[in-house]
Amino acid sequence: MTAILEVRDVVAGYAPTLPILQGVTVEVAAGEIVTVLGPNGAGKSTLIKAIVGLVPISAGSAVFSGRDITGARTHELVREGLAYVPQTENVFARLSVEENLALGADFERDAIAERRAKVLELFPDLARLGQLAAGKLSGGQRQMVAVGRALMSSPKLLMLDEPSAGLSPKLAQVVFGQLRRIRDAGVTILIVEQNAKAALGISDRGYVLAEGRERIHGSAAELLDSPEIGELYLGAKSRLARA
Amino acid sequence: MIQFVADGIVFAAIISLGAIGLSMIYNILRFANFAQGEIVAAGAYFSLAVVALMGAGVGAIGPLAFGWPLLVSIGFAIVATCGVVLVVDWLLFRQLRDKNASRITLIMAAFGVSLMGRNIITLLAGGDPINYAFFIPRSVEILPGLRLVPDDLAIIAITVVAVLALHLFLTRTTMGRWMRATAENPTLAQINGIDTRVVIRWTWIVGTGLATIAGALQGHIVELRPEMGFSLLLPMFAALILGGVGNVYGTVLGAVFIGVVQSLAVAIGLSAYREAVAFLLMLAVLLVRPQGLLGARD
Repeated sequence: MTAILEVRDVVAGYAPTLPILQGVTVEVAAGEIVTVLGPNGAGKSTLIKAIVGLVPISAGSAVFSGRDITGARTHELVREGLAYVPQTENVFARLSVEENLALGADFERDAIAERRAKVLELFPDLARLGQLAAGKLSGGQRQMVAVGRALMSSPKLLMLDEPSAGLSPKLAQVVFGQLRRIRDAGVTILIVEQNAKAALGISDRGYVLAEGRERIHGSAAELLDSPEIGELYLGAKSRLARA
Repeated sequence: MIQFVADGIVFAAIISLGAIGLSMIYNILRFANFAQGEIVAAGAYFSLAVVALMGAGVGAIGPLAFGWPLLVSIGFAIVATCGVVLVVDWLLFRQLRDKNASRITLIMAAFGVSLMGRNIITLLAGGDPINYAFFIPRSVEILPGLRLVPDDLAIIAITVVAVLALHLFLTRTTMGRWMRATAENPTLAQINGIDTRVVIRWTWIVGTGLATIAGALQGHIVELRPEMGFSLLLPMFAALILGGVGNVYGTVLGAVFIGVVQSLAVAIGLSAYREAVAFLLMLAVLLVRPQGLLGARD
């Protein structure tokens, strides 16, 4: 198994004295879908933000494609093949759908047309929305634009923060189905989710974070069968925290 | 009346060029740049210095009381003023941004730069008014009841061309798209591979370029004084707020409103109160439309 992303004992947070992540280790192998689960405040979103350089890492390391990216600047990582779709405010609302997509590949302009065609193959609805301001789209359409824009950078690793948040269960299933197609096209995926069942349903492996620490990890099947996961999502997180 | 409207549009042309820079900086750097007036003044004085070095006066093209020497000097002045502004950004504003300074800290720093800038100009060029060249403008009848100096028409034309060029830059170029993206969401812009430091540099360059043109034109049709930019600051801010903070096109519309209303106030005998009249009407508009003429509601 060749790891494309190795996060080792990362301590990170907005203020150095108040770390949100307190020594988290996560590995993602090339071609995998890996899900990071955990209750609100567990540090899931902070983990992705720390990887892409939006939250400072005070200890530990993050290695992507064999290069130490700890403390690297965010815009450089995108150019190296690391794409990130935030949970909220993930489109440029005042820009058209077409402009949003083009922004994803602006640093490789020659590839825009080819990549746009691939994205439209995956999300055909975007073709008819091209000139519409992204702010006028529904939640599901915005999510398509956000993922489409991330794919325009032709990433090696696509990281998504709660891609099903705010979507109907039916639409969430569509999104997860598309993520599986994206992986089948050769893109490794790291998902941060609260919707454990749906996310693990398409994943190879998963991690569970609680209170800034990694508590459990294993194959998606193991995690789906784990009574501890069930307890966690029924609110009995204190047991995990003590573990 | 039409004469006063035309005079107001000439004034609006100059303040809109300065105010666009204010708007762009507010949009992307998220603070009100109170040193924008000194950028206008510095541009005017750099232009004057180049004209003086060339020793050919401001020249003349056809009926215009200025020619290639003034236009060439504006080009050099844009480069010089941008150089100074980028150094100030590197020495001061960038350090504050890197330290996550609050918006009020950035505004106070801009105030400091404004005071320093004005004093440096006074120290180097003296406090007395200076003219590029002595000329008596000769107006021509454009329409019945409307006489304009050809230079005024040239100023309106230069502003229209500059605003159109800016529109094309913002909508048709990659950097323009990066600027609009960064203005809307700087974090998402970085996530998309945009180096926001480069965008910030371009914002200063474009805003300063337009402000330099405003300064040189204002210096040409009126005079150069160290406080010339500071006296334009209030109308520039009024145009920015009235048009809708952060909306470049609204800023131009706001400038036209302020310029024309000030001029009409003179027409009805309220010359001494023209600024008060303009700001009173601005407040009335904002009471009805708080987001400004073209601003979007949050």
